[in-house]
Amino acid sequence: MQIGRVVGTVVATQKHRKFEGAKLLLVQPLNIDDTPRGAALLAVDGVGAGVDEKVLVVLEGRAAGEALGKKAAPVDAAIIGIIDRVDVVD
Amino acid sequence: MQIARVIGDVVATRKDDSLTGITLLVVQPLAADRQPVGRPLVAVDAVGAGVGEHVFFVRGKEASFPFYPVEPPVDAGIVGIIDHWDVG
Repeated sequence: MQIGRVVGTVVATQKHRKFEGAKLLLVQPLNIDDTPRGAALLAVDGVGAGVDEKVLVVLEGRAAGEALGKKAAPVDAAIIGIIDRVDVVD
Repeated sequence: MQIARVIGDVVATRKDDSLTGITLLVVQPLAADRQPVGRPLVAVDAVGAGVGEHVFFVRGKEASFPFYPVEPPVDAGIVGIIDHWDVG
């Protein structure tokens, strides 16, 4: 899983039916020192995350579908947790 | 599978229900010469690993298999603690 920060919300009226009821958030992946890394990505939200929150993102199709609670959903990223704290020793 | 060192842990109170009771650890993948390679990632722990230990982890949906029949939505999981390894 990757650590990221929610930087925005996305609204799409016309979408695949498996996305119905799903919340789409724009997530900026972070390095372990909280600096941004790479391009922001779209993830479905399985936990009720909001903008500015630090989140745990799963980047795998079937697992993301699991988080969404739908089989064979055309997704590849999902927010599975809101991070309170990361402790890194070195 | 890949070798890594556990370098930290993650606390998340609000999370997917199926993750309840599962430990989240930060792992740094290692090359055969024990040097860090690539960037750290978060993995679920299926074997009771701790910070500082060398472990091996699996990527993909398979990371959820140790928790079967619960299927947590995860993409990386620690499945072994390494006692030692030797190269050539």
